[in-house]
Amino acid sequence: MSYVRELIPPRAPPALAVKSLAPARIAGIGVLLLWAALAISLVFMVINGWDQDKFQRYGPRYLHGLWTTISLVGLAVILGAILSAPVAYARMARNRVLNGIAYAYVYVFRSTPLLAQLFLIYYGLGSFRPELEAVGLWWFFREAWYCGLFSLTLNTAAYQAEILRGAIESVPRGQHEGAAALGLSKRIAFRKVVLPQALIVALRPYGNEIVLMIKGSAVVAIVTVYDLMGETRYAFSRTFDYQTYLWAAIFYLAIVEALRHLWAFIEARLTRHLKR
Amino acid sequence: MSGFFSALFSALDPLCGPVGLFSLLGSNSLVACGEAGWGDEIAFGVKVTITLALATLPVGLIIGFLIALAAQSEEKLLRLAAGIYTTIFRGLPELLTLFIVYYGLQILIQAVLASLGYEGRVEINAFFAGMAALAVVFSSYSSEVLLSAFRAIPRGQYEAGDALGLHRSRTMLLVILPQLIRIALPGLTNLWLNLLKDTAYVSVIGLADILRQTGIAARVSKEAFFFYGIACMLYLILAMISSFGFGFIERWAKRSEGHR
Repeated sequence: MSYVRELIPPRAPPALAVKSLAPARIAGIGVLLLWAALAISLVFMVINGWDQDKFQRYGPRYLHGLWTTISLVGLAVILGAILSAPVAYARMARNRVLNGIAYAYVYVFRSTPLLAQLFLIYYGLGSFRPELEAVGLWWFFREAWYCGLFSLTLNTAAYQAEILRGAIESVPRGQHEGAAALGLSKRIAFRKVVLPQALIVALRPYGNEIVLMIKGSAVVAIVTVYDLMGETRYAFSRTFDYQTYLWAAIFYLAIVEALRHLWAFIEARLTRHLKR
Repeated sequence: MSGFFSALFSALDPLCGPVGLFSLLGSNSLVACGEAGWGDEIAFGVKVTITLALATLPVGLIIGFLIALAAQSEEKLLRLAAGIYTTIFRGLPELLTLFIVYYGLQILIQAVLASLGYEGRVEINAFFAGMAALAVVFSSYSSEVLLSAFRAIPRGQYEAGDALGLHRSRTMLLVILPQLIRIALPGLTNLWLNLLKDTAYVSVIGLADILRQTGIAARVSKEAFFFYGIACMLYLILAMISSFGFGFIERWAKRSEGHR
């Protein structure tokens, strides 16, 4: 019987594979270089075309426009949330008529462009001036700002109603039954058991909806509201300087990115009990 | 032959043909076709809107597919580049993207031509600018949908393709893509509906789409509510038709899943 007397002497590890310049790497470097070139040319454009006079004239207007956008979106989202509750309730109701009306509302507002809705409200309702004056609502529909707020609210209410309905229906049946077994009344069960779980499900869609609202609110600039986009168009029409649009892009990107990160933080915080 | 087809199309025109909506319902009203009303102008706007959306769809899908491929590649730099693209174009308002593309392309072309020695004013086509802007927006959203569909396809599918001796591109074409389409279809349906709504923005840069044509009619005839109401109705009808069509395609794509 034979056995090994000597161990195999240790050997050098295999040579490291030389990382070849794969096509993907070349493409990645190429595209990144393109982005870098674009960014550098933009920075160069801003530095080269810097004009203290323009900055002093339009800088405050931009900040004012930013405030208009934020307040418009904030109010529209809050009012839309209030309006969406009865719509979502009607959407879940057994009553055929109520359900049909809510469904029609949601369907119409979700499948027509916001711009068309805004025109319908601002120009369309504005053409009924004598009737509106008789009812005493002319002051509301005369102002482009109120019309913008109104159409944004109606639009976001339709989307938020669907978010709310989907979230409430996503809570499993067992939760209702469990609450009933504990002897909770339907109202208390809804408020203390169903709603908290539904809102956590709805958190992410709500964040997306706010971002969509911020982006969508730019359309009010078309009906002469001086929001961020409106001020940009004003500045461009005065100076014909392409930079005006770049500054608006920076502002919008900053808001959206800040909101996205804030929302991710809130979500991580509120769902920390669900982490395993 | 072409005369026959154009006659066929005009006979089947859903708005202004002999059995069209406007010809039947509004023969003596503001939406009559021809000189008397605004019917044929609005019908032209509908055509422009549909053409724009249909022309944007393949471009946006192809760019979106490439970006989804880049975003799931093993190369870090490529992922970063794709991330920058989607972050920028998902964060900007569509209206602002449209203006940036419209004026930016104009400035770019003018600069290139000036360096070649041509000093003149360049006006780029509103249809092309609208298509470029919408394609950029559509591609950044569709890349996310396609990326999540890619993640839903197990690795084993690629390995099975390798085991069969298929080239990587053949694996993609024959094995991955058919499954990808099926998984991504609901998301792409939503994006198509969004695209249809986003085409309304091009009316701002002067393209004669539904909203612009009805806007002109509203200004001339002073019947703003009526005409903007018609615009909303037309968008609603387009959305209904496309969700019906996509429902059909989805059933067709799922036909192999029924009996398993």
